[in-house]
Amino acid sequence: MKLHYEISGDDFLAAGKASSAVKKVLSQLSVNPAIIRKVAIAMYEAEINTVIHGGGGCADVIISPDNIKMIFKDNGPGIPNIELAMKEGYSTATTEIRELGFGAGMGLPNMKKYSDDMVVTSEVGKGTTVTMTVNL
Amino acid sequence: MNTYFHSVTLDKDLCRGCTNCIKRCPTEAIRVRNGKARIIKERCIDCGECIKVCPYRAKKAVTDNLSSINKYKYKIALPAPSLYVQFKNKPDINLILNGLKKIGFDEVFEVARAAELVTLATKKYIAENNVQKPVISSACPAVTRLIKVKFPNLIDNILPLLAPIEIAAKLSLEEAISKTNLPSEDIGVFFITPCAAKVTCSYSPIGVSESKVSGCIPINEIYKALLPVMKNIKDPELIASAGIEGVKWAKNSGESIGLKTENYIAVDGIHDVIKIFEQIDAGFLNDIDFVEASSCVGGCIGGPLTVENPFVAKTKLNSVLDNTKLVPSKVDFTKEIEDAVKWTCPVEFNAVMKLDENMEVALRMLTEIEELYNDLPQIDCGSCGSPSCHAMAEDIVKGYAKKTDCIFKLKEKLKHLAE
Repeated sequence: MKLHYEISGDDFLAAGKASSAVKKVLSQLSVNPAIIRKVAIAMYEAEINTVIHGGGGCADVIISPDNIKMIFKDNGPGIPNIELAMKEGYSTATTEIRELGFGAGMGLPNMKKYSDDMVVTSEVGKGTTVTMTVNL
Repeated sequence: MNTYFHSVTLDKDLCRGCTNCIKRCPTEAIRVRNGKARIIKERCIDCGECIKVCPYRAKKAVTDNLSSINKYKYKIALPAPSLYVQFKNKPDINLILNGLKKIGFDEVFEVARAAELVTLATKKYIAENNVQKPVISSACPAVTRLIKVKFPNLIDNILPLLAPIEIAAKLSLEEAISKTNLPSEDIGVFFITPCAAKVTCSYSPIGVSESKVSGCIPINEIYKALLPVMKNIKDPELIASAGIEGVKWAKNSGESIGLKTENYIAVDGIHDVIKIFEQIDAGFLNDIDFVEASSCVGGCIGGPLTVENPFVAKTKLNSVLDNTKLVPSKVDFTKEIEDAVKWTCPVEFNAVMKLDENMEVALRMLTEIEELYNDLPQIDCGSCGSPSCHAMAEDIVKGYAKKTDCIFKLKEKLKHLAE
C-alpha cells in the first residue's frame, strides 16, 4: 500500500505528522514495535530536513510484506556534496534554526542509522530525493 | 485471572446512544450500535473517561458495596490518600481512619504508608545503572494498561514495582494473620478506591499473578457512610502514621516530589499523558529521570469515584496534613519489603490495534480502509456510532458497520434512488 503526505515548508513545528500517521498504520499491521520505532525516527528526521532545508516537499511511504520504503522529495536548494552532508555534525542550517534546537548535523546520519538502506540523490538548484528502506 | 474483566460497564437502559463517550475514549474502545454504546473489551483500559463524560450516568464502575465486607471475619480497610481530601471541614486524618473502624472495619492500613515504601524503592531503582530513562511510574493502572496496548516501546520504561495498594494489601494481610491467627480466606482486605482502574486490578493485577485485595469500595460510597459517624467521634485514637510524602500521592506530582529530584515530568489527564508518551517514544525525553503520569486530571483526587472537585481537593491537601496529629510509621524499609515491592510478572504488549495476524491480509484491509476513508465526509461527527470517519472506515472493513450507517452516505444514496 502507498501513503502520501504533503510536508509544508513554513512550519517546522508541524513536522512529525507523517511519521505519527505511519506509526499508527504500522501498529495496525502488527509490525514489530522495534521496527516501528526505527521507521518513526528515520521519518521524523527526514520530515525536519524537508522543512528546514528543502522548504517543504512530500513523502511517499510504500508498505509491502518485505519492507517499508520512505521517499522524501523536495524542490529545495539541493546538496552540493552528499558525502560531506552525511558526516555527523556537519550542518548548513542557519543560526536561527540552530537557536531553535535543530540543525545539529545529525539528521542525515540518523536517517542512515535507523534505516537498512538509504539513497540520496540531489541536484543543486533543483532539489533532493531521499529513499530510505527499512526491512521487515 | 480474568484477562478482560472490566470495572467500567454500561447500563443499557440509561444509555441514549449519544456521541460523548465514543469521542472521549483514548483507545477508541467504544462504539454505538443499535442506539446503545458497546465497549470493545480488548481495548478498554478502564481509565473511566466515559464514566466522567456520560451525561446520563449510563457508564458505571462495577465495585463492591460496604455490606460485602461482612462476608469476612476480620475486615481491613485500605484507604487511598485521596479519601482524606473529600470532606468539607478538612478533618484530622485520624478522624477519618477512626470513622472507618466505626462503620465496620476491624483494622485500617493507610495506602499512603505503602506509598512511602514505594518511594524509597523507586529512589533506589532510578539510581541503578542501565535503567531505561525516563522511568514511568506504575502507580496508575490505566496508564500502565495504555502502555500495554498503545506504546510497546515504553514497556521497559515502566517502573517494575507494585502499586502502593498491592503492597498495602500484602502487608496488612500479613499483620492481620499474625495478630488474629485467622486463615487468610477469613480476612477481607478492602481498598477504598477513587477509580475504576484500581478495581480492575483486583481481578487482573499488574506485576503480580494474584492480587491480595479482596474487594474495592468506591470513595463516594464510603463518604456517605463516614459523614454521620465522623461527627460523633470526640477523641480519636491516633493511628495516622503516613507522612506528607505518602499522603501527597493523592495528587499528580505527589509521587515525584517524594523522589527529591527536580528532573521529572508530572502529567495528568489521559489525553495529555498520550502526548507525553508520544514524545518519549520519539526519543525526545531521554534526559528526564522520572515521569509521573496520571490518567485523571489532578491525579487520583480526580478519580471518577470521588466526591470533591479535584481542584478544590488539591487545595485541601495541605490543610488536612496541618490538621493531622501524626504518629511515627511502624513500617520500616527492610530488605524483605524491598524485595516484596518488586514485580514478579512482567507486563507484556497486547497488540489490540492490529487488523490481522497475516501481514498481507492486514495490508489489503488497510488499503481498503484508506480508500473508504477518502470517500467518507471526514467531519468526525460520530453519528454513525464510530468515534471518527477513520475508525468508521476500519469498522466497515472489519465487518462491524456498513457504509450507510454514515448519515451523509445514506442521504446520498436516498437522493440517488429518488432521482
